[in-house]
Amino acid sequence: MSELSMPRSWNRESKPHRFCPGCGHGLVLKALGEALDQLQLSRRTVFACDIGCSLLAWDFFDVDSLQTHHGRTIPVMVGLKRAQPEQVAVAYTGDGGGYAIGLQHLISAAVRDDAITVILVNNTTYAMTGGQMAPTTLLGQKTETTPFGRDREETGLPFKGPEALAALASPEAYIARGTVSKIKPLTKLLVKALQRQLEGHFSFVEALSTCPTNWRTNARETWGFLEQVMSSYYPVGEFPAGAGAREEAQLTS
Amino acid sequence: MKEAVEGEKRAFMSGNEVVAWAALAAGADFMYGYPITPQNEIMHYWRRLAPEYGRGFLQTEDELSAGFATIGGILSGKVAFSATAGPGTVLFQEPLSMAEMMRIPLVVVIQQRGGPSTATVIYSQQEVTLACFGGNGEGLRLVYSTSSHQELYDYTIKAFHRAWRYRFPTLVLGDGYQAKMHEALTLYNPQERGWGKVPAEPILGLDRKGSVRHLRNTFSVEEELAETLRRSLADYRKAAEELVEYEFLGEWGGELLVVAHGIVGRAARAAVRGLRAEGRRVNFFRPITLRPFPGQAFQEALRASGGALLVVESAQGQLGRIIKEALAEEESGSFQTLYRPGVGITAEEIMEAVPL
Ligand code: SF4
Repeated sequence: MSELSMPRSWNRESKPHRFCPGCGHGLVLKALGEALDQLQLSRRTVFACDIGCSLLAWDFFDVDSLQTHHGRTIPVMVGLKRAQPEQVAVAYTGDGGGYAIGLQHLISAAVRDDAITVILVNNTTYAMTGGQMAPTTLLGQKTETTPFGRDREETGLPFKGPEALAALASPEAYIARGTVSKIKPLTKLLVKALQRQLEGHFSFVEALSTCPTNWRTNARETWGFLEQVMSSYYPVGEFPAGAGAREEAQLTS
Repeated sequence: MKEAVEGEKRAFMSGNEVVAWAALAAGADFMYGYPITPQNEIMHYWRRLAPEYGRGFLQTEDELSAGFATIGGILSGKVAFSATAGPGTVLFQEPLSMAEMMRIPLVVVIQQRGGPSTATVIYSQQEVTLACFGGNGEGLRLVYSTSSHQELYDYTIKAFHRAWRYRFPTLVLGDGYQAKMHEALTLYNPQERGWGKVPAEPILGLDRKGSVRHLRNTFSVEEELAETLRRSLADYRKAAEELVEYEFLGEWGGELLVVAHGIVGRAARAAVRGLRAEGRRVNFFRPITLRPFPGQAFQEALRASGGALLVVESAQGQLGRIIKEALAEEESGSFQTLYRPGVGITAEEIMEAVPL
């Protein structure tokens, strides 16, 4: 497939999409579209998106889709999957939805090993609400609520989702971080994540992404921030799950 | 799916157990729940009974998750429900609000406890406003207030049917007394009483017919929202005529109308009977649907009672406010409205709305 062609699972009628020029969302969704195509899953998939800029994806795919409330995409997909195990369930969320307002859902789904795939877009900011600090905002990074740069004394360290989940999740879970600056590897991670769901397990991929609008960066600065700054604090790769859960503690009655 | 109740069976059990049996008998497929007193035993009984009847259960991480996971189950076409109380009812407003907007047949049983805040785990009727009007919306919900274990059984079954038929979130409002006390009732198989299957069907995903569906609850312009609300409000008004239920005891020429709902309705009914035995001409009205409220029947009952009213409830006027609204509608000459949900209003529009 050429870099320019649309994945078959995309909804052509909603293109061109509504994200800002230079936004990473479109690239994550391209990787997801290609992953769905490769595994021929679009007829079996329900796609659910969060509030925030991810909601702009509510009609992005030619698959049954749902836009939910902030942080609640995961429980909706958990409920759907439990009731209909044949379904492929994809929860698409931002870093605010997954790591702040909906963190309890993310951790609980990973611990329970719910067979859904969560894709979390990390662009280090609350984008749709106008660029406030996210759990993933880097130290020193300026946002509307950290106008002098994120200060460790005030707000702690940026949240490392895959690392945290890897320690807590069920050992069968799949956990990874990719980046929109390397779209083919990101697609591979998403394929693996979907495959793990098909095997009956939880999967999670964080995608490092861009938000030139709120970063107030030009193209070169945008890619520089993504490839140099973000990627050095947030390493891409796979994170073997269950480090903290391998010793099973089963009460025998 | 194995039938939970064959024929008719006399039983003596707690209200929470009644709800679990009612959901089984109605053919509910799945319960998503989070512990909070006094509704816990609904989950306990359901969880123990579910495997035998091929039903599912998930204990979630909080009430938000319980509500939204129930929505997920419903979207897949399963008859799913949850139960909660008190601060849990507060958290449930978020999923209920989404269900209201998206017309998702979310069924929740509420066993009211004391409020505000943590208060008591025992009893109150203080969740009426939340049940009827909670959430950032217009209260497009169906709320049944039950007064006996038989009604808990009947209306829990009915809640599933009504929710799926009319596609409004539907609440069964009990309380801590009803939840915990034991009482006799008749369990029955709803199919043998003329109820068909709950008309559930997949809303998203597998087994659904038709083209790809994109569902959302967010709109970019006021008019889009106003149009969606206009349709829902019209559906709600139309459904209300078919949905309202109440109990009336009395006749024309009454001196007073006693109004109460839920378990207080029992005490009020007994009091009215006692007073009537003494020769007093006191009438009794019990709304069974708090939303939509049986306004017309209430007006007639009030007229039959000479216009005098005694409202009784275990809350500081939550039913009272609903009654006041019904009264205001009666005096339509002096209470006029210009309602434009979700859109702005100009001075010109207000001038136009002022009667000549
Ligand atoms: S505000 Fe940022 S995240 Fe949102 S669409 Fe624009 S670039 Fe993308």
